[in-house]
Amino acid sequence: MAEERANGYKSGSNLEKILRAGHFAVTAELGPPQGADPEDILRKARILKGVADAVNITDNQTAIVRMSSIASGVLAMSEGLEPVVQMTCRDRNRLAIQADLLGAYALGMRNLLCLTGDHQSFGNHPTAKNVHDLDSVQLIRMVKDMRDEGCFQCGDAIKGVVPRFFIGAAANPFGDPFEFRPYRLAKKVAAGADFIQTQLIYDIPRFREFMKRVVDMGLHEKVYILAGVGPLKSSGAARYMRDKVPGMIVRDEYVERMVAAIKGIPKEDKKARREAWRKTGIQICIEQIQEIREIEGVAGIHIMAIEWEEAVRPIVEGAGLLPRPTVE
Amino acid sequence: MIVAEQKPLAEIMELLGDARKVLVVGCGTCVTVCFAGGEKEVGILASALRMMSKLEGHPMEVDEATVQRQCEWEYIDPLEERLGEYDVVLSLACGIGVQAMNERFPDTLTLPGLNTTFLGLPEEQGVWEERCQACGDCILGLTAGICPIARCSKQLLNGPCGGSQNGVCEVDPDIPCAWQLIWERAVKLGRVDQLLEIQPPKDWSKSRDGGPRKIVREDLRLVEAE
Repeated sequence: MAEERANGYKSGSNLEKILRAGHFAVTAELGPPQGADPEDILRKARILKGVADAVNITDNQTAIVRMSSIASGVLAMSEGLEPVVQMTCRDRNRLAIQADLLGAYALGMRNLLCLTGDHQSFGNHPTAKNVHDLDSVQLIRMVKDMRDEGCFQCGDAIKGVVPRFFIGAAANPFGDPFEFRPYRLAKKVAAGADFIQTQLIYDIPRFREFMKRVVDMGLHEKVYILAGVGPLKSSGAARYMRDKVPGMIVRDEYVERMVAAIKGIPKEDKKARREAWRKTGIQICIEQIQEIREIEGVAGIHIMAIEWEEAVRPIVEGAGLLPRPTVE
Repeated sequence: MIVAEQKPLAEIMELLGDARKVLVVGCGTCVTVCFAGGEKEVGILASALRMMSKLEGHPMEVDEATVQRQCEWEYIDPLEERLGEYDVVLSLACGIGVQAMNERFPDTLTLPGLNTTFLGLPEEQGVWEERCQACGDCILGLTAGICPIARCSKQLLNGPCGGSQNGVCEVDPDIPCAWQLIWERAVKLGRVDQLLEIQPPKDWSKSRDGGPRKIVREDLRLVEAE
Protein backbone atom coordinates (compact mmCIF):
# COMPACT_ATOMS: atom_id res chain seq x y z
CA MET A 1 0.00 0.00 0.00
CA ALA A 2 2.78 2.40 0.91
CA GLU A 3 4.46 1.71 -2.41
CA GLU A 4 1.46 3.01 -4.27
CA ARG A 5 2.05 6.52 -3.05
CA ALA A 6 4.01 9.08 -5.06
CA ASN A 7 2.71 7.88 -8.45
CA GLY A 8 3.82 4.35 -7.76
CA TYR A 9 7.36 5.40 -7.00
CA LYS A 10 8.97 4.65 -3.69
CA SER A 11 10.80 7.94 -3.54
CA GLY A 12 10.19 9.63 -6.86
CA SER A 13 13.90 10.34 -7.29
CA ASN A 14 15.32 10.79 -10.76
CA LEU A 15 17.47 7.70 -10.28
CA GLU A 16 14.44 5.62 -9.41
CA LYS A 17 12.51 6.93 -12.41
CA ILE A 18 15.38 6.23 -14.81
CA LEU A 19 15.76 2.68 -13.53
CA ARG A 20 12.03 2.01 -13.43
CA ALA A 21 11.74 3.20 -17.03
CA GLY A 22 14.31 0.58 -18.02
CA HIS A 23 17.09 2.98 -18.96
CA PHE A 24 20.68 1.95 -18.33
CA ALA A 25 21.46 4.20 -15.38
CA VAL A 26 24.61 6.20 -14.77
CA THR A 27 25.69 7.36 -11.34
CA ALA A 28 28.93 9.06 -10.41
CA GLU A 29 30.71 10.03 -7.26
CA LEU A 30 31.53 13.35 -5.66
CA GLY A 31 33.96 13.47 -2.77
CA PRO A 32 33.42 16.38 -0.34
CA PRO A 33 36.41 18.52 0.65
CA GLN A 34 38.45 18.39 3.83
CA GLY A 35 37.43 21.98 4.41
CA ALA A 36 34.39 24.22 4.54
CA ASP A 37 34.45 25.90 1.12
CA PRO A 38 31.13 25.42 -0.68
CA GLU A 39 32.84 26.21 -3.99
CA ASP A 40 34.67 22.85 -3.83
CA ILE A 41 31.32 21.08 -4.12
CA LEU A 42 29.78 23.51 -6.60
CA ARG A 43 32.77 23.20 -8.95
CA LYS A 44 32.60 19.39 -8.98
CA ALA A 45 28.82 19.51 -9.34
CA ARG A 46 29.13 21.66 -12.46
CA ILE A 47 31.52 19.12 -13.97
CA LEU A 48 29.12 16.23 -13.28
CA LYS A 49 25.91 17.96 -14.25
CA GLY A 50 24.15 16.32 -17.15
CA VAL A 51 26.42 13.28 -17.29
CA ALA A 52 24.97 11.22 -14.43
CA ASP A 53 21.41 10.51 -13.27
CA ALA A 54 22.46 10.91 -9.66
CA VAL A 55 25.73 11.48 -7.85
CA ASN A 56 26.91 9.75 -4.68
CA ILE A 57 28.21 12.07 -2.00
CA THR A 58 30.61 10.12 0.18
CA ASP A 59 30.39 10.03 3.97
CA ASN A 60 33.82 10.52 5.57
CA GLN A 61 35.25 8.28 2.89
CA THR A 62 38.18 6.09 4.01
CA ALA A 63 37.47 7.41 7.51
CA ILE A 64 38.90 10.84 6.73
CA VAL A 65 36.88 13.78 8.00
CA ARG A 66 35.22 15.71 5.21
CA MET A 67 32.26 18.01 4.75
CA SER A 68 29.11 16.09 5.64
CA SER A 69 27.38 14.16 2.91
CA ILE A 70 24.01 15.80 3.56
CA ALA A 71 25.35 19.36 3.61
CA SER A 72 27.37 18.67 0.47
CA GLY A 73 24.25 17.16 -1.09
CA VAL A 74 22.32 20.39 -0.53
CA LEU A 75 25.09 22.32 -2.28
CA ALA A 76 25.16 19.82 -5.15
CA MET A 77 21.39 20.14 -5.55
CA SER A 78 21.72 23.88 -5.90
CA GLU A 79 23.72 23.16 -9.07
CA GLY A 80 21.03 20.84 -10.37
CA LEU A 81 22.57 17.51 -9.38
CA GLU A 82 20.57 14.78 -7.72
CA PRO A 83 22.53 13.46 -4.75
CA VAL A 84 22.77 9.93 -3.40
CA VAL A 85 23.53 10.51 0.27
CA GLN A 86 25.97 7.95 1.61
CA MET A 87 25.46 6.93 5.23
CA THR A 88 27.84 4.70 7.15
CA CYS A 89 27.27 2.83 10.39
CA ARG A 90 30.74 3.73 11.62
CA ASP A 91 30.09 7.25 12.86
CA ARG A 92 26.49 7.31 14.03
CA ASN A 93 24.17 5.29 16.23
CA ARG A 94 20.53 4.64 15.34
CA LEU A 95 19.36 7.91 16.89
CA ALA A 96 21.84 10.04 14.97
CA ILE A 97 21.18 8.25 11.68
CA GLN A 98 17.40 8.65 11.92
CA ALA A 99 17.71 12.30 12.91
CA ASP A 100 20.01 12.94 9.94
CA LEU A 101 17.64 11.10 7.61
CA LEU A 102 14.70 13.25 8.68
CA GLY A 103 16.86 16.30 8.01
CA ALA A 104 18.15 14.98 4.69
CA TYR A 105 14.65 14.30 3.44
CA ALA A 106 13.44 17.71 4.59
CA LEU A 107 16.30 19.25 2.60
CA GLY A 108 15.26 17.40 -0.55
CA MET A 109 17.46 14.28 -0.57
CA ARG A 110 15.72 11.25 -2.09
CA ASN A 111 18.44 8.61 -2.55
CA LEU A 112 20.38 6.97 0.24
CA LEU A 113 23.23 4.49 0.10
CA CYS A 114 23.53 2.39 3.27
CA LEU A 115 27.08 1.34 4.11
CA THR A 116 29.04 -0.33 6.88
CA GLY A 117 31.89 2.17 6.50
CA ASP A 118 35.64 1.83 6.13
CA HIS A 119 37.37 1.09 9.40
CA GLN A 120 38.59 4.15 11.31
CA SER A 121 42.13 2.78 11.41
CA PHE A 122 42.52 3.72 7.72
CA GLY A 123 41.69 7.36 8.22
CA ASN A 124 43.02 10.42 9.96
CA HIS A 125 41.46 9.68 13.34
CA PRO A 126 42.62 6.12 14.00
CA THR A 127 42.14 6.47 17.76
CA ALA A 128 38.42 7.27 17.37
CA LYS A 129 35.76 4.99 18.81
CA ASN A 130 33.65 3.40 16.09
CA VAL A 131 29.93 3.00 16.55
CA HIS A 132 28.46 0.12 14.53
CA ASP A 133 25.29 0.21 16.60
CA LEU A 134 23.67 -1.14 13.41
CA ASP A 135 25.21 -2.96 10.49
CA SER A 136 24.40 -2.10 6.89
CA VAL A 137 21.64 -4.73 6.61
CA GLN A 138 19.94 -3.42 9.74
CA LEU A 139 20.34 0.15 8.47
CA ILE A 140 18.59 -0.77 5.20
CA ARG A 141 15.71 -2.32 7.13
CA MET A 142 15.43 0.72 9.37
CA VAL A 143 15.23 3.12 6.40
CA LYS A 144 12.68 0.87 4.71
CA ASP A 145 10.53 0.73 7.83
CA MET A 146 10.71 4.51 8.13
CA ARG A 147 9.44 4.77 4.57
CA ASP A 148 6.98 1.89 4.28
CA GLU A 149 5.76 1.49 7.86
CA GLY A 150 6.13 5.13 8.85
CA CYS A 151 7.92 4.19 12.02
CA PHE A 152 11.23 4.69 13.71
CA GLN A 153 13.48 1.75 14.51
CA CYS A 154 11.95 1.52 17.99
CA GLY A 155 8.47 1.15 16.48
CA ASP A 156 7.16 4.62 17.37
CA ALA A 157 5.24 6.34 14.59
CA ILE A 158 6.96 9.12 12.69
CA LYS A 159 4.93 12.29 13.15
CA GLY A 160 3.79 14.00 9.97
CA VAL A 161 5.95 13.66 6.87
CA VAL A 162 7.64 10.30 6.45
CA PRO A 163 11.10 10.23 4.78
CA ARG A 164 10.79 8.25 1.58
CA PHE A 165 14.20 7.26 0.28
CA PHE A 166 15.21 5.19 -2.72
CA ILE A 167 17.37 2.77 -0.77
CA GLY A 168 20.77 1.72 -1.98
CA ALA A 169 23.30 -0.75 -0.71
CA ALA A 170 26.79 -1.86 -1.65
CA ALA A 171 27.97 -5.27 -2.81
CA ASN A 172 31.52 -6.43 -3.17
CA PRO A 173 31.85 -9.36 -5.59
CA PHE A 174 35.59 -9.37 -4.88
CA GLY A 175 35.39 -9.81 -1.14
CA ASP A 176 35.53 -13.15 0.59
CA PRO A 177 34.05 -15.58 1.34
CA PHE A 178 33.01 -15.43 -2.31
CA GLU A 179 30.32 -18.10 -1.82
CA PHE A 180 28.64 -15.91 0.77
CA ARG A 181 28.61 -12.72 -1.34
CA PRO A 182 25.43 -13.43 -3.35
CA TYR A 183 23.67 -14.44 -0.13
CA ARG A 184 24.80 -11.25 1.53
CA LEU A 185 23.31 -9.35 -1.41
CA ALA A 186 20.11 -11.37 -0.97
CA LYS A 187 19.98 -10.31 2.68
CA LYS A 188 20.27 -6.67 1.66
CA VAL A 189 17.47 -7.13 -0.86
CA ALA A 190 15.30 -8.86 1.74
CA ALA A 191 16.03 -6.01 4.15
CA GLY A 192 14.70 -3.52 1.59
CA ALA A 193 17.43 -2.41 -0.82
CA ASP A 194 16.06 -0.94 -4.06
CA PHE A 195 19.40 -0.57 -5.82
CA ILE A 196 22.93 -1.86 -5.46
CA GLN A 197 26.21 -0.22 -6.34
CA THR A 198 29.15 -2.61 -6.51
CA GLN A 199 32.78 -2.26 -5.58
CA LEU A 200 35.11 -1.15 -8.38
CA ILE A 201 35.35 -3.90 -10.97
CA TYR A 202 38.77 -4.76 -12.41
CA ASP A 203 38.06 -8.46 -12.74
CA ILE A 204 35.19 -8.95 -15.14
CA PRO A 205 35.26 -12.78 -15.15
CA ARG A 206 34.76 -12.85 -11.39
CA PHE A 207 32.04 -10.21 -11.63
CA ARG A 208 30.37 -12.28 -14.35
CA GLU A 209 30.44 -15.35 -12.09
CA PHE A 210 28.97 -13.30 -9.25
CA MET A 211 26.20 -11.98 -11.49
CA LYS A 212 25.42 -15.46 -12.73
CA ARG A 213 24.71 -16.54 -9.18
CA VAL A 214 22.74 -13.36 -8.54
CA VAL A 215 20.61 -14.00 -11.64
CA ASP A 216 20.15 -17.67 -10.72
CA MET A 217 18.79 -16.51 -7.38
CA GLY A 218 16.46 -14.11 -9.18
CA LEU A 219 17.85 -11.13 -7.30
CA HIS A 220 18.26 -8.99 -10.43
CA GLU A 221 14.46 -8.94 -10.70
CA LYS A 222 14.11 -7.54 -7.20
CA VAL A 223 16.88 -4.96 -7.17
CA TYR A 224 18.64 -2.71 -9.69
CA ILE A 225 22.33 -3.55 -9.83
CA LEU A 226 24.73 -0.80 -10.86
CA ALA A 227 28.20 -2.07 -11.64
CA GLY A 228 31.04 -0.03 -10.15
CA VAL A 229 33.80 1.11 -12.49
CA GLY A 230 36.49 3.75 -12.36
CA PRO A 231 39.27 5.03 -14.59
CA LEU A 232 42.81 4.08 -13.55
CA LYS A 233 45.02 7.13 -13.13
CA SER A 234 48.45 5.58 -13.57
CA SER A 235 50.25 2.25 -13.51
CA GLY A 236 51.27 3.01 -9.92
CA ALA A 237 47.67 3.52 -8.92
CA ALA A 238 46.69 0.26 -10.62
CA ARG A 239 49.43 -1.62 -8.81
CA TYR A 240 48.51 -0.02 -5.51
CA MET A 241 44.87 -1.08 -5.88
CA ARG A 242 45.93 -4.57 -6.91
CA ASP A 243 48.37 -5.07 -4.05
CA LYS A 244 47.28 -2.87 -1.17
CA VAL A 245 43.56 -2.13 -1.11
CA PRO A 246 41.57 -4.69 0.89
CA GLY A 247 38.54 -6.09 -0.88
CA MET A 248 39.77 -5.34 -4.42
CA ILE A 249 40.96 -7.53 -7.27
CA VAL A 250 42.79 -5.89 -10.19
CA ARG A 251 43.69 -8.21 -13.03
CA ASP A 252 47.24 -7.95 -14.29
CA GLU A 253 46.06 -7.10 -17.80
CA TYR A 254 44.93 -3.66 -16.58
CA VAL A 255 48.22 -2.99 -14.83
CA GLU A 256 50.08 -4.08 -17.97
CA ARG A 257 48.02 -1.81 -20.21
CA MET A 258 48.72 1.13 -17.93
CA VAL A 259 52.44 0.32 -18.00
CA ALA A 260 52.35 0.02 -21.81
CA ALA A 261 50.54 3.36 -22.06
CA ILE A 262 53.70 5.31 -21.26
CA LYS A 263 56.10 3.16 -23.26
CA GLY A 264 58.57 5.34 -25.10
CA ILE A 265 57.71 8.49 -23.17
CA PRO A 266 60.74 9.74 -21.26
CA LYS A 267 60.41 9.72 -17.48
CA GLU A 268 61.10 13.47 -17.32
CA ASP A 269 58.11 14.28 -19.49
CA LYS A 270 55.65 14.00 -16.65
CA LYS A 271 52.92 15.83 -18.48
CA ALA A 272 52.99 13.49 -21.47
CA ARG A 273 53.04 10.44 -19.21
CA ARG A 274 50.10 11.78 -17.24
CA GLU A 275 48.17 12.46 -20.44
CA ALA A 276 48.92 8.99 -21.81
CA TRP A 277 47.90 7.31 -18.59
CA ARG A 278 44.68 9.23 -18.35
CA LYS A 279 43.76 8.55 -21.94
CA THR A 280 44.32 4.83 -21.44
CA GLY A 281 42.54 4.82 -18.09
CA ILE A 282 39.46 6.39 -19.66
CA GLN A 283 39.66 4.03 -22.66
CA ILE A 284 39.84 0.94 -20.41
CA CYS A 285 36.87 2.21 -18.44
CA ILE A 286 34.80 2.70 -21.59
CA GLU A 287 35.62 -0.81 -22.77
CA GLN A 288 34.71 -2.20 -19.35
CA ILE A 289 31.33 -0.50 -19.44
CA GLN A 290 30.62 -1.94 -22.86
CA GLU A 291 31.57 -5.41 -21.66
CA ILE A 292 29.69 -5.15 -18.37
CA ARG A 293 26.57 -3.86 -20.11
CA GLU A 294 26.23 -7.19 -21.83
CA ILE A 295 26.10 -9.09 -18.52
CA GLU A 296 22.61 -10.18 -17.57
CA GLY A 297 21.17 -8.42 -14.57
CA VAL A 298 23.22 -5.22 -14.78
CA ALA A 299 20.90 -2.19 -14.71
CA GLY A 300 23.44 0.58 -14.79
CA ILE A 301 26.91 1.79 -14.07
CA HIS A 302 28.40 3.59 -11.09
CA ILE A 303 31.50 5.57 -12.04
CA MET A 304 33.96 6.28 -9.26
CA ALA A 305 36.48 8.77 -10.60
CA ILE A 306 38.00 9.74 -7.32
CA GLU A 307 39.32 13.32 -7.37
CA TRP A 308 39.05 13.15 -11.18
CA GLU A 309 35.49 14.21 -11.87
CA GLU A 310 36.54 15.55 -15.30
CA ALA A 311 36.91 11.93 -16.48
CA VAL A 312 33.22 11.12 -16.08
CA ARG A 313 31.95 12.97 -19.13
CA PRO A 314 34.37 11.41 -21.65
CA ILE A 315 33.68 7.99 -20.15
CA VAL A 316 29.90 8.32 -20.34
CA GLU A 317 30.14 9.85 -23.78
CA GLY A 318 32.61 7.22 -24.99
CA ALA A 319 30.30 4.47 -23.74
CA GLY A 320 27.47 5.96 -25.79
CA LEU A 321 25.42 6.87 -22.76
CA LEU A 322 24.87 10.56 -23.53
CA PRO A 323 22.62 12.43 -23.48
CA ARG A 324 21.10 11.18 -20.25
CA PRO A 325 17.39 10.41 -20.63
CA THR A 326 14.70 12.29 -18.77
CA VAL A 327 11.64 10.62 -17.30
CA GLU A 328 8.63 12.65 -16.27
CA MET B 1 39.97 -15.71 31.44
CA ILE B 2 40.77 -12.05 31.94
CA VAL B 3 43.94 -11.15 30.06
CA ALA B 4 46.07 -8.20 31.12
CA GLU B 5 49.50 -6.79 30.56
CA GLN B 6 51.78 -4.75 32.73
CA LYS B 7 51.94 -1.00 32.33
CA PRO B 8 55.33 0.43 31.28
CA LEU B 9 57.63 0.89 34.25
CA ALA B 10 57.91 4.64 33.64
CA GLU B 11 54.13 4.99 33.86
CA ILE B 12 54.05 2.98 37.08
CA MET B 13 56.82 5.15 38.57
CA GLU B 14 54.86 8.25 37.68
CA LEU B 15 51.68 6.83 39.24
CA LEU B 16 53.57 6.05 42.44
CA GLY B 17 54.85 9.64 42.60
CA ASP B 18 56.59 10.38 45.88
CA ALA B 19 55.32 7.32 47.75
CA ARG B 20 58.10 5.96 49.98
CA LYS B 21 56.54 2.71 51.09
CA VAL B 22 54.64 0.57 48.59
CA LEU B 23 52.92 -2.80 48.78
CA VAL B 24 52.70 -4.64 45.45
CA VAL B 25 49.75 -7.02 45.50
CA GLY B 26 49.40 -9.76 42.90
CA CYS B 27 46.50 -12.02 42.12
CA GLY B 28 46.65 -15.79 41.86
CA THR B 29 43.93 -16.27 39.27
CA CYS B 30 43.62 -14.98 35.66
CA VAL B 31 46.60 -12.63 35.68
CA THR B 32 48.82 -15.38 37.05
CA VAL B 33 47.83 -17.64 34.18
CA CYS B 34 48.58 -14.91 31.63
CA PHE B 35 51.89 -14.06 33.30
CA ALA B 36 50.99 -10.45 34.06
CA GLY B 37 50.34 -10.18 37.80
CA GLY B 38 51.06 -13.39 39.67
CA GLU B 39 53.56 -13.96 42.46
CA LYS B 40 56.46 -14.14 40.04
CA GLU B 41 55.59 -10.89 38.27
CA VAL B 42 55.07 -9.18 41.63
CA GLY B 43 58.62 -10.19 42.60
CA ILE B 44 60.14 -8.95 39.36
CA LEU B 45 58.28 -5.65 39.40
CA ALA B 46 59.05 -5.04 43.06
CA SER B 47 62.78 -5.51 42.35
CA ALA B 48 62.58 -3.19 39.37
CA LEU B 49 60.87 -0.51 41.46
CA ARG B 50 63.50 -0.80 44.18
CA MET B 51 66.32 -0.43 41.66
CA MET B 52 64.70 2.32 39.67
CA SER B 53 63.83 4.41 42.71
CA LYS B 54 67.35 3.95 44.05
CA LEU B 55 68.84 5.08 40.76
CA GLU B 56 66.60 8.12 40.80
CA GLY B 57 67.94 9.01 44.23
CA HIS B 58 64.92 8.44 46.46
CA PRO B 59 64.75 4.75 47.29
CA MET B 60 61.35 3.20 47.82
CA GLU B 61 60.59 0.48 50.28
CA VAL B 62 58.66 -2.14 48.34
CA ASP B 63 56.98 -5.17 49.90
CA GLU B 64 55.21 -8.00 48.11
CA ALA B 65 52.02 -9.97 48.61
CA THR B 66 49.90 -12.17 46.36
CA VAL B 67 46.37 -13.26 47.14
CA GLN B 68 44.48 -16.12 45.56
CA ARG B 69 41.73 -13.88 44.11
CA GLN B 70 41.84 -10.11 44.41
CA CYS B 71 38.22 -9.81 43.32
CA GLU B 72 36.69 -11.46 46.38
CA TRP B 73 36.46 -9.98 49.86
CA GLU B 74 37.41 -13.15 51.70
CA TYR B 75 40.76 -13.35 49.93
CA ILE B 76 41.75 -9.70 50.37
CA ASP B 77 40.44 -9.14 53.90
CA PRO B 78 43.59 -10.62 55.53
CA LEU B 79 45.62 -7.77 53.92
CA GLU B 80 43.82 -5.17 56.02
CA GLU B 81 46.07 -5.28 59.07
CA ARG B 82 49.21 -4.67 56.96
CA LEU B 83 47.90 -1.77 54.90
CA GLY B 84 48.32 0.95 57.51
CA GLU B 85 52.09 1.00 57.04
CA TYR B 86 52.03 1.75 53.27
CA ASP B 87 51.67 5.03 51.41
CA VAL B 88 49.99 3.26 48.52
CA VAL B 89 49.21 -0.20 47.20
CA LEU B 90 50.15 -1.14 43.65
CA SER B 91 47.81 -3.85 42.42
CA LEU B 92 48.84 -6.30 39.73
CA ALA B 93 45.30 -7.61 39.42
CA CYS B 94 42.78 -6.80 36.70
CA GLY B 95 40.63 -3.67 37.04
CA ILE B 96 38.20 -5.65 39.17
CA GLY B 97 40.89 -6.49 41.69
CA VAL B 98 42.12 -2.88 41.81
CA GLN B 99 38.58 -1.68 42.51
CA ALA B 100 37.92 -4.42 45.06
CA MET B 101 40.97 -3.22 47.00
CA ASN B 102 39.89 0.41 46.82
CA GLU B 103 36.34 -0.45 47.87
CA ARG B 104 37.33 -2.69 50.74
CA PHE B 105 40.12 -0.45 52.03
CA PRO B 106 38.92 3.11 51.54
CA ASP B 107 41.74 4.63 53.61
CA THR B 108 44.46 3.28 51.35
CA LEU B 109 44.81 4.21 47.70
CA THR B 110 45.35 1.21 45.42
CA LEU B 111 46.88 2.02 42.03
CA PRO B 112 46.75 -0.13 38.88
CA GLY B 113 49.96 -1.75 37.67
CA LEU B 114 48.30 -3.54 34.75
CA ASN B 115 46.17 -2.65 31.78
CA THR B 116 43.22 -5.04 31.77
CA THR B 117 43.00 -5.93 28.12
CA PHE B 118 40.32 -8.47 27.25
CA LEU B 119 38.52 -11.74 27.92
CA GLY B 120 40.34 -14.31 25.91
CA LEU B 121 42.41 -17.41 25.72
CA PRO B 122 46.00 -18.41 25.04
CA GLU B 123 46.10 -19.47 21.40
CA GLU B 124 49.56 -20.85 22.03
CA GLN B 125 52.30 -20.30 24.56
CA GLY B 126 52.84 -16.54 24.78
CA VAL B 127 49.94 -15.54 22.52
CA TRP B 128 46.55 -14.48 23.81
CA GLU B 129 43.52 -13.39 21.83
CA GLU B 130 40.17 -11.91 22.68
CA ARG B 131 37.10 -14.13 22.46
CA CYS B 132 34.31 -12.40 24.39
CA GLN B 133 33.19 -8.84 25.05
CA ALA B 134 30.66 -9.78 27.73
CA CYS B 135 27.89 -8.15 25.67
CA GLY B 136 25.27 -9.70 27.91
CA ASP B 137 23.24 -11.36 25.15
CA CYS B 138 25.19 -14.29 23.74
CA ILE B 139 24.70 -14.95 20.03
CA LEU B 140 27.20 -17.78 19.63
CA GLY B 141 24.26 -20.10 18.93
CA LEU B 142 23.54 -18.13 15.75
CA THR B 143 27.07 -17.72 14.48
CA ALA B 144 28.54 -21.22 14.37
CA GLY B 145 30.13 -20.74 17.76
CA ILE B 146 32.38 -17.86 16.67
CA CYS B 147 31.71 -14.40 18.10
CA PRO B 148 31.48 -11.48 15.65
CA ILE B 149 31.06 -9.02 18.50
CA ALA B 150 34.51 -9.80 19.85
CA ARG B 151 36.20 -10.88 16.65
CA CYS B 152 34.82 -8.74 13.80
CA SER B 153 36.41 -5.26 13.72
CA LYS B 154 32.98 -3.77 13.00
CA GLN B 155 30.86 -6.12 15.13
CA LEU B 156 28.73 -7.01 12.13
CA LEU B 157 25.81 -9.37 12.66
CA ASN B 158 24.76 -10.08 9.09
CA GLY B 159 27.90 -11.19 7.33
CA PRO B 160 31.28 -9.85 6.26
CA CYS B 161 31.94 -6.29 5.14
CA GLY B 162 33.54 -5.58 1.78
CA GLY B 163 37.00 -5.56 3.30
CA SER B 164 37.26 -9.28 3.97
CA GLN B 165 39.71 -10.90 1.57
CA ASN B 166 41.71 -14.11 1.57
CA GLY B 167 40.38 -14.90 5.02
CA VAL B 168 41.73 -11.80 6.72
CA CYS B 169 40.30 -8.56 8.02
CA GLU B 170 40.84 -5.25 6.21
CA VAL B 171 42.21 -3.77 9.40
CA ASP B 172 45.23 -6.06 9.67
CA PRO B 173 46.31 -9.17 7.77
CA ASP B 174 47.09 -10.78 11.14
CA ILE B 175 43.41 -10.67 12.10
CA PRO B 176 41.39 -13.58 10.70
CA CYS B 177 38.04 -12.37 9.34
CA ALA B 178 35.46 -13.55 11.88
CA TRP B 179 32.85 -13.93 9.16
CA GLN B 180 35.13 -16.06 7.03
CA LEU B 181 35.51 -18.35 10.05
CA ILE B 182 31.78 -18.29 10.74
CA TRP B 183 30.95 -19.08 7.12
CA GLU B 184 33.41 -21.97 6.86
CA ARG B 185 32.23 -23.54 10.09
CA ALA B 186 28.55 -23.09 9.20
CA VAL B 187 29.20 -24.82 5.86
CA LYS B 188 30.96 -27.65 7.65
CA LEU B 189 28.16 -28.04 10.19
CA GLY B 190 25.40 -27.74 7.59
CA ARG B 191 24.03 -24.62 9.26
CA VAL B 192 24.33 -22.04 6.48
CA ASP B 193 20.60 -21.31 6.60
CA GLN B 194 21.10 -19.64 9.96
CA LEU B 195 23.42 -17.08 8.37
CA LEU B 196 20.85 -16.15 5.73
CA GLU B 197 18.36 -14.92 8.32
CA ILE B 198 18.47 -11.18 8.93
CA GLN B 199 19.66 -10.51 12.44
CA PRO B 200 17.82 -7.50 13.88
CA PRO B 201 19.64 -4.63 15.61
CA LYS B 202 21.33 -5.80 18.75
CA ASP B 203 20.00 -4.86 22.18
CA TRP B 204 23.05 -3.01 23.42
CA SER B 205 21.29 -2.10 26.65
CA LYS B 206 22.44 -5.46 27.93
CA SER B 207 25.98 -4.61 27.03
CA ARG B 208 26.96 -1.15 28.14
CA ASP B 209 26.04 2.49 28.65
CA GLY B 210 23.56 1.73 31.42
CA GLY B 211 25.83 1.92 34.44
CA PRO B 212 27.36 -1.20 35.94
CA ARG B 213 25.46 -4.34 35.07
CA LYS B 214 24.25 -6.38 37.98
CA ILE B 215 22.95 -9.88 38.56
CA VAL B 216 20.87 -10.66 41.63
CA ARG B 217 20.15 -14.31 42.34
CA GLU B 218 17.58 -14.50 45.10
CA ASP B 219 18.03 -18.25 45.28
CA LEU B 220 21.63 -17.76 46.32
CA ARG B 221 21.35 -14.74 48.61
CA LEU B 222 21.87 -15.24 52.29
CA VAL B 223 18.77 -14.07 54.10
CA GLU B 224 19.70 -12.14 57.20
CA ALA B 225 18.21 -13.43 60.45
CA GLU B 226 15.58 -11.20 62.00
